Amino acid sequence: MLAQAVTYCLVGLEPRRVEVEAHLQRAVPAFAIVGLADRACQEAKERVRSGVASAQLEWPRFRITVNLAPAELRKIGSGFDLPIALSILAASRQLPEERLAEHVAFGELALDGRVRPVNGVLAVAEGACTAGIDRVLCAAESTPEAALAGIDVVPVRHLAEAVAYLRGERDPPPYVASNGHHPVGTALDLADVLGQERPRRALELAAAGGHNLLLAGPPGTGKTMLGRRLPGILPPLAPEEALEVTRIHSVAGLLSPEHPLVLAAPFRAPHHSASTAAIVGGGPGPRPGEATLAHRGVLLLDEMPEFQRPALEALRQPLEDGVINIARAGGRALFPARFQLVATMNLCPCGGRGDPRAECSCSAQRLAAFRDKLSRALLDRFDLVVTVPRPRARELEAGRGEPSAAVAPRVAVGRQRLAAGGLDRTAPADDLLARAVERVPLSARGRAKVGRVARTAAALAGAERVEPEHVAEALAYRAPAELAAA
Amino acid sequence: MTSDLALAAFAASSGAHVVSAPSSARFGAFLDSFDPAGFATQLSRRGVRFVGRSDAAFPPLLRAIHDPPPGLFLRGSGEPEVLTRTAVAIVGARACSGYGSAVARMLGRELAAAGVVVVSGLARGVDADAHRGALEADGTTVGILGCGIDRDYPAAHAELAQRIGERGLVVSEYAPGVEPAPWRFPARNRIISGLARATVVVEAREASGALITADFALEEGREVFAVPGEITSALSAGTNALLRLGATPLTSAADVLESVGIAPPEAPEADVGPEAAAVLEPLRDEPASADALTRASGRDAGAVGAALVELELAGLVAESAGIFRGVMPAG
Repeated sequence: MLAQAVTYCLVGLEPRRVEVEAHLQRAVPAFAIVGLADRACQEAKERVRSGVASAQLEWPRFRITVNLAPAELRKIGSGFDLPIALSILAASRQLPEERLAEHVAFGELALDGRVRPVNGVLAVAEGACTAGIDRVLCAAESTPEAALAGIDVVPVRHLAEAVAYLRGERDPPPYVASNGHHPVGTALDLADVLGQERPRRALELAAAGGHNLLLAGPPGTGKTMLGRRLPGILPPLAPEEALEVTRIHSVAGLLSPEHPLVLAAPFRAPHHSASTAAIVGGGPGPRPGEATLAHRGVLLLDEMPEFQRPALEALRQPLEDGVINIARAGGRALFPARFQLVATMNLCPCGGRGDPRAECSCSAQRLAAFRDKLSRALLDRFDLVVTVPRPRARELEAGRGEPSAAVAPRVAVGRQRLAAGGLDRTAPADDLLARAVERVPLSARGRAKVGRVARTAAALAGAERVEPEHVAEALAYRAPAELAAA
Repeated sequence: MTSDLALAAFAASSGAHVVSAPSSARFGAFLDSFDPAGFATQLSRRGVRFVGRSDAAFPPLLRAIHDPPPGLFLRGSGEPEVLTRTAVAIVGARACSGYGSAVARMLGRELAAAGVVVVSGLARGVDADAHRGALEADGTTVGILGCGIDRDYPAAHAELAQRIGERGLVVSEYAPGVEPAPWRFPARNRIISGLARATVVVEAREASGALITADFALEEGREVFAVPGEITSALSAGTNALLRLGATPLTSAADVLESVGIAPPEAPEADVGPEAAAVLEPLRDEPASADALTRASGRDAGAVGAALVELELAGLVAESAGIFRGVMPAG
């Protein structure tokens, strides 16, 4: 006896159709899963057997073979439990096979037969949608997420509920999220930052122009505090961006079950011990890394020189192209990774540089080694570099700064003006840039960066064209001599 | 009379410090096998020139020291005549402070603008800033290496060395292929001070290499200037000790120019806008961060940033680790 269920498996972020075939033979009872199933998937045997028993259904006393086709695709994860159970039940004629074929099933089984949510439901539902299947059977908790794909979701809490539904006995009750309230925004507010006028201004430019920002300075000057406040002044995601980000976060299991749609720019701050695979993605699957999770949002690298150099260098591709191309034995994947990079660092290994109260004790060699850790190519990716010196005590008495709520509207207007185009440099502005290239060491890329930042400054000022003062301001955020290799 | 070139080549092949022809058998054997024409061809293929101690073009000031090198290898497009012009050495700590860096740059610029050749050691810190200052003024500067003339040491200064060579010279007493070694740097320092009429020590810790340069200068009876620093800063301990021993305190580039007999050029009136002038005012008293200047001026951070860049381009302000410093002579 033969039956089939359809599900989807994720390769990177991309759903791939998998047919779960169950075959029952009159022979010594046994249960085998074939078709490149990984460990979690092999363990499905035990969960499915217990789940079926707990649902008061009959476990067929046959030799059961489950094939996950196509066989060459590596199957990872526990989402196959539900389709395996349903295909076995259909093969043993406990539910109608034709009805099952109209659905995509995706979910993990508990030993008591409950259906548990699995990461990546949104991508699976989208896969089903594209393939023309209009109903997805998944855990009740996944309903809001799967519904984002614009598909009919059948929320099942228990295997017995799924079987009763497929037999046409009764529809499962609709899923009701715990409460209708949206989570209160937890974005940190710029009002908490005392003084720091120049870094605040740089933060505003970064938000408006989407520039990468490097904050350098001695420890304890509020670099991380500033960096963490960038997401709070970014405009909310556009609808299609929100769906894109939600899909990624769904695969990573980062969504809130009640309010799955990610509306605010994501913020990721991996620890500096993170591996290359953790930053750009990889592993079996492969899975998205922090850079991809920060897609359309902010990636903060606190203490950037402490990160492993290969991890930092791996960020150069996404910083340039906005995508990460991962090729592994287990498969290849293209992850979107168009993020805004914010990094903080000290000016020297001991941290004393730039601190009037401490004396830097670093030798010239140690300083050189510290600078060499960050490649020129990576530093070149930062349009804005701000040195944050230690404020003196009386500067800390400066009042609280502008709140994020006052900055965000300016950023939004600046973005619109930038998107509208125009804003070329006036002749005097060109002259100033040419003069600056003579005077300060500026590479061709450095010159282009100054041009971009100047455009953002002009947009924030509401100017028609880029004037010399905008170019001059942009020049203030070029990489300082301390970080230059020379 | 052994040729200067053979001596220099012997120094390179033996790794020894050679001042006059040694009477060893090793040197005899070397001389027998040495091919001066072939060596000269190799040099010219690398674009390196050689000025022997006995050549007329050899700088007389350097010839006058008690252990002049057998000759100098030259790289760059400057004429050897550059080495005979009035020169001032600017030396100091590699790990210098923002103050040291700003002062070195200012001196390099002002001395070069007055037509003085700025001599230094191409090292990080003060040396590099002195060279850069001279280049900013479109002046002539000479970098002295402590390793073979074909090497860029430190490697990060390859571009700087190339820019120095556009009008000036990169100089070494060592033939191509000689590795940098710790003992070669003090030897290099005697050339720095030997070429210069006066030596300026900008910032030096106690027992700094820059003090060796100053000692050489004093031994040869050349003028030594020291830039006064804060008495609480370890980075100024060496220079302040020099001052106590009787070095001339340096308060402006004009002090040096006066001692070498060059009239300081009329300082061109700084041409900056009113906004920049207002930002500059507090910097005449003490260095400050951009944030402090923003609050002091009452302008927004963007405008102050633009004004600071204007001042930097005009050479009136230098930035280091986020602290801005006025670099016009006080008064």
